[in-house]
Amino acid sequence: MSVRSGNGPLLAKLVTLAAAMFMFAIFVLPPLYDLFCEITGIGGKTEGAYTAVAVEVDTSREIEVQFVATKNATMPWDFYPMEERVIVHPGESREVAFYAQNRTGQDMVGQAIPNVLPNNAADYFHKTECFCFNNQPLLAGETAELALVFIVDPDLPASVNTVTLSYTMFDITDRTKVQISQVQ
Amino acid sequence: MAHGPATLADGWGKYLSRWLFTTNHKDIGTLYLWFSFAMFIMGGAFAMVIRAELFQPGMQLIKPEFFNQMTTMHGLVMVFGAIMPAFVGLANWMIPMMIGAPDMALPRMNNLSFWILPFAFAILTSTLFMEGGGPNFGWTFYAPLSTTYAPDTVNYFIFGVHIMGASSIMGSINIIATVMNMRAPGMTYMKMPMFVWTWVITAFLLVAVMPVLAGAVTMMLMDINFGTSFFDAAGGGDPVLFQHIFWFFGHPEVYIIILPAFGVVSHIIPTFSRKPLFGYSSMVYATAAIAFLSFVVWAHHMFTVGMPIAGELYFMYATMLIAVPTGVKVFNWITTMYRGSLTFETPMLFSIAFVILFTFGGFTGMMLSIAAADMQYHDTYFVVAHFHYVMVAGAVFSGTAAVYYWLPKWCGKMYDETMGKVQFWIAFIGFNITFMPQHFLGLAGMPRRYADYGLQFADWNMVSSIGAFMYGGAQILFLFNVIRTIGWGEPTKDPKVWEGAEGLEWTLPTPAPYHTFAKPPKIK
Repeated sequence: MSVRSGNGPLLAKLVTLAAAMFMFAIFVLPPLYDLFCEITGIGGKTEGAYTAVAVEVDTSREIEVQFVATKNATMPWDFYPMEERVIVHPGESREVAFYAQNRTGQDMVGQAIPNVLPNNAADYFHKTECFCFNNQPLLAGETAELALVFIVDPDLPASVNTVTLSYTMFDITDRTKVQISQVQ
Repeated sequence: MAHGPATLADGWGKYLSRWLFTTNHKDIGTLYLWFSFAMFIMGGAFAMVIRAELFQPGMQLIKPEFFNQMTTMHGLVMVFGAIMPAFVGLANWMIPMMIGAPDMALPRMNNLSFWILPFAFAILTSTLFMEGGGPNFGWTFYAPLSTTYAPDTVNYFIFGVHIMGASSIMGSINIIATVMNMRAPGMTYMKMPMFVWTWVITAFLLVAVMPVLAGAVTMMLMDINFGTSFFDAAGGGDPVLFQHIFWFFGHPEVYIIILPAFGVVSHIIPTFSRKPLFGYSSMVYATAAIAFLSFVVWAHHMFTVGMPIAGELYFMYATMLIAVPTGVKVFNWITTMYRGSLTFETPMLFSIAFVILFTFGGFTGMMLSIAAADMQYHDTYFVVAHFHYVMVAGAVFSGTAAVYYWLPKWCGKMYDETMGKVQFWIAFIGFNITFMPQHFLGLAGMPRRYADYGLQFADWNMVSSIGAFMYGGAQILFLFNVIRTIGWGEPTKDPKVWEGAEGLEWTLPTPAPYHTFAKPPKIK
């Protein structure tokens, strides 16, 4: 029989394995998941601010962009797109706006989380300006028109004729208590 | 070495400290088994509450909030409190005796890994009596249900899971160290009994995935209390990530539960067929193959989450692939029985029922693995029926068989065969009456985890509840039979107990002495 390592070294190896798996779960899996979604576009997550580059507007194609606004479960605001759909040519820069009103008697902070469908369009939907890049503080009763400037990339896959951009508005007042006092 | 364990005759203090401070593998095995049976009764009581409420449509006995706590606690207690400790207990008792070792490799850690378990479940169960109630988000505790919308007691749940995870990891490390370092001379890996093989593979699965579960609940803890956003979309996280991490743990977990059960059955069927196990090496390789595949199929639990078609297809085919090694095992058991001199003592009855009903549960698993069909079956009672066929008729039947099979060896007394057989038939019939109709309910569209249901589901639910009460009653008979055996059973001195039994544990005197294999045996 081959030489057996003692209990001590074996114990050390197995504890290391367990600790490594714990680290793997917390520090590797979440970033790996984000990376996977980013590469494949599966999560429908859009990229951050886009710096416009000069491209020729492809007037031969018309893309319908639909806007959906959802409020997360506990969010009491009014929140909807000013235009429900627009037709754009790829490469063309377009500005649209969303309407938000804080009807409550309290100052609140919202955060909009974007999502693009179909999945393979997420990489080709660029936002040069978006209210979703920052959180949205609204005082009690305040209204706001939230601006979005976007460009649909001319490389958008030919199979895609309609892109749906959805925003979910979350109430993040609790987690931004410090910031709200700075706003006032 | 000469002195035996303290008994009640030595006084309560000595007797109590024997169990508290024991490092003897047989004592710790006994503690694990009794603890798991206590949890089994508690989890079973929760199930009785669930079935009593579902006996008729409408709300009769409990509030929906409490119903949610019952389904959650039933799952958690049965998986982590009843089934897993039961098999750790069997491992503690049997592995040293099967490989010719005097004890476990790390006996003090063995004591620790048992004695933290009661605290874990005391913490978990105490939440039921707290303001806000116990965990109510399902045993899979999906975020954000278990984070944003969880009751405040969720922190107790998280610490409970941490402790039971630590216990499992320590228990597994101990088993791996024992098997690797303490085998008798001549006991090569490919001569190890199947129960030892299945357990050492299970132990590796546990060391690999219990920390992932600990990581998942740690991230929950941070999301709830420290403002991180691992699973919160508002802060840039993703709730679906939780499901991926949970099932990366959760799918190996179901094999952690069933592999030792495979091992038990691979001992009992040859004994009562009076033939050696057919295809030993293919059994070993099949077990290893199942363990490997269990790491790469997790997302079949979440087909409806919105995966791309390529992902659905991959997870579907990979899942179906598991049927191949599992089929190898089932056919090996059947071939072992083929042309054997079969007798049908209680352990054999439970083992044959295991093979039949586990295969049945495996087939419904194949149905669920079809991604397109799963859209219909997902989160219905069909899933509930499926996993109870593999968990109850699989793990619990096998555990019951193991207790009947080895109990005479442990305490030197025979159980009451008639009572055992009566228990088997009540359990077998009751089990099928409980869970067979749940297939029909699920296919008809009854969703799981609800306290109430539409009138069209009333009849089968009533049938299912009657079966559940029958099955619950069988467990009381089981408890009675075990206590009667230990106290007043007919003594037996035959080292083999069973005519066809093979293996090192049966060369020891009956009842098994407190210390065994102080000198390692010679293996041919």
